[in-house]
Order: sequence, then structure tokens, then C-alpha cells
Amino acid sequence: MSMRLFVSRDAGAVAVGADEVALALEQAAAKRGVAVEIVRTGSRGMYWLEPLVEVATPQGRIAFGPVTETDVPSLLDALAGNTPHLLRLGATDEIPWLKRQTRLTFARCGVVDPRSLDDYRAHGGYKGLLRALSLGSDAILTEVTASGLRGRGGAGFPTGIKWKTVAQAKADRKFIVCNADEGDSGTFADRMIMEGDPFLVIEGMTTAGITVGATKGYIYIRSEYPHAVEAMNAAIKAAKGGGYLGDKIGGSTYSFDLEVRVGAGAYVCGEETSLLESLEGRRGIVRAKPPLPAHHGLFGKPTVINNVLSFAAIPFILAEGAKAYADFGMGRSRGTMPIQLAGNVRYGGLYETAFGVTLGELVDDIGGGTFTGRPVRAVQVGGPLGAYFPRALFDTPFDYEAFAARDGLIGHGGIVVFDDSVDMRRQARFAMEFCAVESCGKCTPCRIGSTRGVETIEKIINGERVSENLALVEDLCNTMKFGSLCALGGFTPYPVLSALKHFREDFVPAPTTLQAAE
Amino acid sequence: MTAVYEPCYEPWNETRGAEIIAEHARQEGATLVILHALQEAFGYVPEAAIPMVAQALNLSRAEVHGVFTFYHDFRHKPAGRHVLKLCRAEACQAAGGDALAARAEARLGVSLGNTTADDRVTLEPIYCLGLCATAPSAMLDGRLVGRLDEKRLDALVAEAQR
Repeated sequence: MSMRLFVSRDAGAVAVGADEVALALEQAAAKRGVAVEIVRTGSRGMYWLEPLVEVATPQGRIAFGPVTETDVPSLLDALAGNTPHLLRLGATDEIPWLKRQTRLTFARCGVVDPRSLDDYRAHGGYKGLLRALSLGSDAILTEVTASGLRGRGGAGFPTGIKWKTVAQAKADRKFIVCNADEGDSGTFADRMIMEGDPFLVIEGMTTAGITVGATKGYIYIRSEYPHAVEAMNAAIKAAKGGGYLGDKIGGSTYSFDLEVRVGAGAYVCGEETSLLESLEGRRGIVRAKPPLPAHHGLFGKPTVINNVLSFAAIPFILAEGAKAYADFGMGRSRGTMPIQLAGNVRYGGLYETAFGVTLGELVDDIGGGTFTGRPVRAVQVGGPLGAYFPRALFDTPFDYEAFAARDGLIGHGGIVVFDDSVDMRRQARFAMEFCAVESCGKCTPCRIGSTRGVETIEKIINGERVSENLALVEDLCNTMKFGSLCALGGFTPYPVLSALKHFREDFVPAPTTLQAAE
Repeated sequence: MTAVYEPCYEPWNETRGAEIIAEHARQEGATLVILHALQEAFGYVPEAAIPMVAQALNLSRAEVHGVFTFYHDFRHKPAGRHVLKLCRAEACQAAGGDALAARAEARLGVSLGNTTADDRVTLEPIYCLGLCATAPSAMLDGRLVGRLDEKRLDALVAEAQR
């Protein structure tokens, strides 16, 4: 019997040498005459251990990492003789960082072969859809609503209500659109799940289709994610072959088809109405709401547009029931959130856990502080439009409302860690610069405000009339916040104002001249 | 050692362009799909293709031009032989990306967004490759590289210059 090895094909693992390690394993094993089967999985999400190599044993998988090509001979020695190895991490499931998580959405990611429909089904895949088919639209809506699931893209809108609106709309055609334009820096959960468990996204979208009466779905993936595009296309093909997409899904009367569309490098297309414009083949210019996409969406038809993680949460909810999902979490934030630890962090990766864990636990305890070893000074939560939090606010629980109460947002769940070498003036300026570059140009506060913001922060950095210009930036931020059409202009003030508020010392020079005069 | 991969494009040819356009024109909302396909074949979207796309989709030239110019991905002229993209977003900034970008600019003698005088390397910023837990990261002609440091960056730059 051949030895089964698992090496990730996730872009994050490939970027640090997983392909080379897989190839070296294959060649070295062939040379030794050892029969091996190398399964290319998604990532477990422990990126500091990538490339991670796992081996199947009767007691479960044993992990080694981070493995380089040069470790391969000694690794094969250790596997052949069952002897100790420096990189041996023990049973994968027992690694504390993984064991402490509550993996509902990411349960299969890193475990299964993302190209194999059979593997997906063998690990509980399509259980949710089969139950959904037997329930019918109304009962599915009841389940999704009762689960408390809120849109994981950032806005946190209740998914059940959105679906119900589309289900009740009358139209000759309806659409399901998956927003996979994951442009926020510090986020990669959409990418990971598309690469590591693509059938899950397909199952979630198919469930949405049968619920609201849509027969066509689009997945809009950003062009920066070629691996995810490839994975989703392969999975769609396999799902069609297996009778899970196309006519008469799973032997039912429902039909549903899916197509991948690739973005073209515009951050604003992560905004849902801009994404719809882009899908229709136009400039990604934001639409005014109302009308809501649920009434007047893609090609003017009622459309469910949800983030990848929202769709990916659906199969668990249908398979295990709404209560099993809603039992996790706090307040109005039910279920789990796949949190992404990124930037200057020691243990970076995907950490799925129930809402309620504090920011401090996430950064210091789970993330292990910075990889530079310097003190953590600031963390940006929720991408380029998210606020910078100082250590003083590390008691904030991860929850939509708790972050909003502290003038922040959890967004898509990305946390970027900065050490004490960060200059918050530069970060504030970058927020405005990014908005200026990516603004679609439709509304004035965003289009003009961001450029004026860059100029004014530049003046502050150069020490020109600092207090006057600080007041001006604050005023400008208020205009952008309340006057912009979408979250790009509306939320850019979050990083800027939080930097001003919590890291004032970076903007206002210390009064050294006064002290010198004494 | 990974072999140096060199992107290979066809020279612009109107008949071939028309073929590519016709292949995708029947899809709903096909503009981006067609522009991507043209760029994949020719390495850029030739100006002569814009009116052809417009005609095939029953749009005005201005509309297609508007779409083409809105998105960062589409090029109006060929890039250098190799394209090195450095992630410049916050997670990579936090991990020392600013200094590495400056180093790459100095080594290549061009600023981000430009091509070297010998047309060998186009150096571009990219806003997030989604490799934020193995930052800083880069992409050389489609190949991803994470945990970038000075040594790895220098190797990438040298590879791109070959």
C-alpha cells in the first residue's frame, strides 16, 4: 500500500515553496522505490508552518512543517523508520492553534482534495443541499433566518431577509451573485475557501438558487486570484459532471448553473452595485440605492448578492440545522467568523471562531504578537476601510456591534498587525491615497475629498499649520463619511480618524521648544 | 531552481482579434470577458480592437474605451518581457514592504508603474495578492512569492532582468 502524503496547493503555500516540496517528495520517493500518493489539498491556514506536509497514519494525520526541499530526504527517512524529526508537529488535529478553533465553514479546508467531488461528498458535502431540496423554499428561508447569519462581506446584513426579499420578488429571471472580489488587505478567507473547498461555495450558491427561484449564478473573482479562478472552474466542471449543477439537480426538478467571471483590478468592484455594473460589462461605477439589488440587481433582475463566506456558511446551517449554528456567537453576531491574522504577526493565518473573542486574545495570544519581536502598536481591523486600534482597545470583543461602538468595523474579518516602527501619519495618508486611486468617481466627497485628504495630511507631515490642518482633515472626514454614496468614500474616514484619535502623538510634534526654554 | 518562465504573446492581427471577439460576444455582459481574452492573446489591448469590440457588442467606442480605461489590469501597450508586481497594501506595509519596494525601484532604476528602458522588466504595485499571512509578497509573471526579504527580492529582480 502506498503512503498518502498531503501538501497544500493553496496560493499562500505555493508562494513559500509548496510546489517545489511536493515535486521533491515525489522524485525522492521514486528514487527510493517508495510508493507515495501526494494529495494536493487546500491550506489548514497555519501559514507560518507552510509548506506543511502531512502523512496519513491509522491514528490520523501527522504534520511536519515548515518543510523545505532540503528537508525532504530526512523527512522520508523519518517516515520510513517512524523515527523523530525536527519538523514533526505531531497529530495535525492536536496542534493547539487548530484545536482551539471552531471550524464550521473551514471544516474541510486543508483536509480534502479540492478537485475531487467524491472527497467532498465523503466529508459531508452536499448533505445540506439534499436537505434543502426536501425542505423547499419557505422552510429553507426559516432555517437561514433562524441561524442569525449576517453578510460576511462586511455589512453584516441578515442573509435570511435578503434571500426572502428576492424569493418574494416577481420576475422572469433572477440571479445569484457571489462577491469574490476580496480586495481588503489582510483578508484571504475567500481565496482560501475557493481554493481549498470550492464545492462548498457552489453548494451554498445552489441552495440560494433553489430558495429564491434563480437558475443562474455568477462568481465574480478578482484577477489577483488566478489560483481561485482555476479551482472554482474545475469544481464547477466536476459538479456539472456529477449532476449537482445544470438541469435537475440531484434528481430534483430544480435547475441551476454557474459561471466564473474575472474582475480587472478595481477595488471598488467589491462594492455590490459596482460589482453588478462590472458583471454587466460596464465601468464599475457605484449605483445609488434604492433600488436594492434584491429588487433590481444584475441585468435589472432580482438578485441575491452575497460574499463567499456567507454562501460558504449555508451548507452547515442546512445540514446541521439553524440552532447548531446560532448556538455560537454573542449578541446579534451569531455563528462563527473566519478571522484572518495578517501583516507583522508571528502566527498568521485563518482562525475560525465564534464571535466574542477579544481583539487582544486574537493578536497577542493566538497571533503570538509580531514576527519582528517588537511590541504591537496598532492593528487595522476590517481592511483598508477599517479603523486602527491601539492596545488600549484590545478588550473589544469580535462582534459587529462592539466594533461599531468603538468607531470601527470588523468588515471581512482581517486583522493587520503593526509593530512600534509604524508611522501612523503615513498610514492615514495611505488610506486617503488608496481611496483617491480606487474611487469610481461618481460622488464628489469620495472623488475630490480623498485627493484633498492626501494633500492635507501631507501638510501635517511637513509640519505646516498642524492643528489647523488636523481640524480640516477631521471636517473633511465627516463630509466623506456622511456624503459618500458607498463604503469606499464613506469608510475611508475610519482609518484616518482612528489614527488621529488613538495615535495623536504621531501627528502633533512634542512641545520640545517649551521645555528647552525653561 | 525554477526555470525562467517567459510569457509569450501573439503579435496583433485583426483577423485573430475578430475571432477572439466573436468567440465571447454572445455572453451576457461580455465586455470585460473580451478585453481579458484580447489581453491574454496579445499581451495588451490594441487600440484598433476597441472599435471592433464596440461593433460586436452594439456599444459606442466611447463606452468600450470607458470600460477599458476604468480597470487597472488592461494595458494599452505591451508590458516589459517580465512583469514584477509588488504588493503594496497594508499587510505587506506592516511587514517591511515599503523598504523592499524602494529597493526594487533602486535596483531596476524605475519607479513603480514603469518599465525599464531596455523593455525587460515592468515593475508594478498590486493591491493585495491575498498572501497577507506570508507577507511581504510579490508576483513575477504569474508566479507567487511570499515571505519576501532582501535576498529573495534580489533573486527575483535578477531573474526578471535575465
